Amino acid sequence: MVTHDGGGAHAHHPPAGFIRKYIFSTDHKVIGIQYFLLALVSVFIGMFLSLLMRLHLAWPGAKLPFISGGIMTPEQYLALMTMHGTIMIFMVLTTAPQSGFGNFFLPIQIGAEDMAFPVINMLSFWTTFLSLMVLLAAFFVTGGAPITGWTAYPPLSAIGEITGPGEGLGQTLWVVGIAIFAGGSLMGALNFITTTIDLRARGMSLMRMPLTVWAWFVTAILGLLAFGVLLAACILLLLDRVAGTSFFIPGGLVVTDKLINHKGGSPLLWQHLFWFFGHPEVYIAIVPGMGVASHVLSTFSRKPVFGYRAMAYALCAIGFLGFCVWGHHMFVSGMSPYSALAFSVLTMSIGVPSAIKTFNWLGTLWGGQIRFTAPMLFAIGFVSLFVTGGLSGLFLAQPSIDLYFHDTYFVVAHFHLIMGVAAIFGIFAATYFWFPKMFGRMMSEPLGKVHFWLTFAGVYLIFMPMHYLGLVGHPRRYADDTGAYFLAPLHNVHLFITVSAIITMTAQLIFLFNFLRSLKWGKKAEMNPWQATTLEWSIPSPPPHDNFAGKLPAIYRGPYEFAVPGAVEDYIPQHLAPEEVARAR
Amino acid sequence: MQRKNSRAGSSLVSICLAIFLLLFTISTLYVFVRKTWWFPNPITSLGRDIDQQFHRTLIITGIVFVLSQLGLAWAVFRYRDRGQRASHIEGNQVMEVLWTLATLVLFVGLGIYAERAWAEVHFRPASPGALQIEVTGQQFAWNFRYPGPDGKFGRLDPKLVNASGGNPLGLDPNDPAGKDDVVVPVMAVPVNREVELLIRSQDVTHSFFVRELRLKQDAVPGMLIPLHFTATQIGQYEIPCAELCGLGHYRMRSFLTVMSQEDYDKWLREQAAANQ
Repeated sequence: MVTHDGGGAHAHHPPAGFIRKYIFSTDHKVIGIQYFLLALVSVFIGMFLSLLMRLHLAWPGAKLPFISGGIMTPEQYLALMTMHGTIMIFMVLTTAPQSGFGNFFLPIQIGAEDMAFPVINMLSFWTTFLSLMVLLAAFFVTGGAPITGWTAYPPLSAIGEITGPGEGLGQTLWVVGIAIFAGGSLMGALNFITTTIDLRARGMSLMRMPLTVWAWFVTAILGLLAFGVLLAACILLLLDRVAGTSFFIPGGLVVTDKLINHKGGSPLLWQHLFWFFGHPEVYIAIVPGMGVASHVLSTFSRKPVFGYRAMAYALCAIGFLGFCVWGHHMFVSGMSPYSALAFSVLTMSIGVPSAIKTFNWLGTLWGGQIRFTAPMLFAIGFVSLFVTGGLSGLFLAQPSIDLYFHDTYFVVAHFHLIMGVAAIFGIFAATYFWFPKMFGRMMSEPLGKVHFWLTFAGVYLIFMPMHYLGLVGHPRRYADDTGAYFLAPLHNVHLFITVSAIITMTAQLIFLFNFLRSLKWGKKAEMNPWQATTLEWSIPSPPPHDNFAGKLPAIYRGPYEFAVPGAVEDYIPQHLAPEEVARAR
Repeated sequence: MQRKNSRAGSSLVSICLAIFLLLFTISTLYVFVRKTWWFPNPITSLGRDIDQQFHRTLIITGIVFVLSQLGLAWAVFRYRDRGQRASHIEGNQVMEVLWTLATLVLFVGLGIYAERAWAEVHFRPASPGALQIEVTGQQFAWNFRYPGPDGKFGRLDPKLVNASGGNPLGLDPNDPAGKDDVVVPVMAVPVNREVELLIRSQDVTHSFFVRELRLKQDAVPGMLIPLHFTATQIGQYEIPCAELCGLGHYRMRSFLTVMSQEDYDKWLREQAAANQ
């Protein structure tokens, strides 16, 4: 591959002044931290919204704080639910794993000084920040936040405030905010792909890249091809809302006795466009976590990743198939039932590379020398959660079974376990693993372990019961369980889930405390506290502005050379020349 | 990294992890075996077919679930750091091929097998003699229209929709075919008779769902979507809405009552009289 100087035509000396250093910085490391902090703030907002939801579901008549009027109305519930999903998926799961850790570590792990386009990188963060502001503004306008869920199906989302509270300016702000977010994501995707293809150091062939880099690379391709479609869909929806077009609105509609003046559109068109983006989106959320899991499991088993090549190919297969399965969200939508056959078989097939990865994670642990550090615990938890969350997908992938489970809590259980927990565990593993490198200090191991146990137990206690609600047929997006008789016996389950959620959410404060406290008072971190092999552990903690202090590394071996027979240490870093390794023997 | 401490601590952590995973696996199995929370009994033969496919899937996913979680539990216990050197294994081609083929055959096979029930729902149209009922979803109620003795549905005109005025569907009084149409907020059908639903929506997307039928179909504005079934058991079953449609989504619930042919005929006569 072409050997390059570094990351583009930027100066090699660090910028001066607070603004250029920390606010409008083009340094990928600063930008990565900015994205991470945006995600950190967003996850607590998103969690708080779901706390309010869960309190209402358990105690529907209770007066709650932050709810105007005290007792939550159904539309307030739906607004909370919409913003919870939107903020968590876009501002947490699409930012931290990829734009957060990927920005910080992709260039370093391939031996580059920065991303290919540092200015575009800076723009991508501030675009994302702007989109968050626009989204949050929806809470404060007349009518409040939208009530159509993160999926915003028209005509409910397209006609205007006549369909419900929040469907006026709130929904418009949502559409604009998401469109802006899509723009930011496209910029980021462009950067990641160019950087990975173009800026790898000498000797860093594709098959010597850490699996984290493979994951960020595949994720970026998904983002580049998917977010454009979302952007287009948002523009069409915005036009329907404000310009009188009818892309998604058919004729002859009557909402509360009022005839709607639109015609010719199709609600299904939105669903196709949205899910063509939406399915790759959920792989964008999980794939970086898979890369981190492989990386952390190998490091703390002191053993190579089992089946590295298969793991890389599986990432590619998951990425490719991820574009072929969007119709499984639409089995009962009115779309052609014949297409359901194709979507179903393709969806079941995506279970194959996922299973390969799971078996290879187990294979990585097998025969290892396992050290149970905080990052390792979260990586192990990731495997368990990925299995549990992924297997429920096999039911939903079959249209005849999906007839029952579609739009029930069974689906809510499935996607929360996969996204809302497994992907989050990937973020936790990455945080505990890379905190020393990013900030030059160690996080507290004991607090990390307490955080792990409370969270691992807690999330299973929250989300396993949701499968059971789904088995009984409890529909999702219900503001409470008083609307149908068959839901009454399930109220105790809702109570149990809420109590589990309160405890688990409180436990996250331990993480926040650990994170913030360690920034200032954590034990100083050495260069390679985990005795790991990849390039980020060959530079100081935290790294200098241009990462390698002007001396770009050369790569001599694969990324997971642990327990090499005959070697003195149980690991051989990628950048160590063979002569240096021989000298150590 | 402090090796001595990590080795001492690792036994406790690994045992806790292994026990946690074991308990989690057992408790999950228990709920599924005991059917503590479960589907209501199906009332159609299609429903029984779907339940069988669910069971097939449950067995396969259950086996994978148990093997994976217990495999993980065993690995973290057996290979905790006790001072041993890890084995330098980079992979195993044979195993990769084996488990790839096994999952491919199992998962895709399951998927293909499931198509039979789906085909019964959507590839076969209703039989010519089926009882037709039009189902309309709107914010936030279901309305059911029977064609009456002439077997024809009258014309609907959106401009005539007036829910508060007693014409929720916009039935056109000038169309003679609509004179004998019966519009009711709950649905009744005779037992053992094939029914064809024609599902539509007045405003936004709703979804018609009856758990005991194992059927669900979105009611999409601008579309008329057929769905057929034959109920084999008398009883009353709830019809909750299954697609987010606004603030009243959670209480948009109607009822399907399956009656004997006699009771159904009597019911329909009573509704027709009330509709005039």
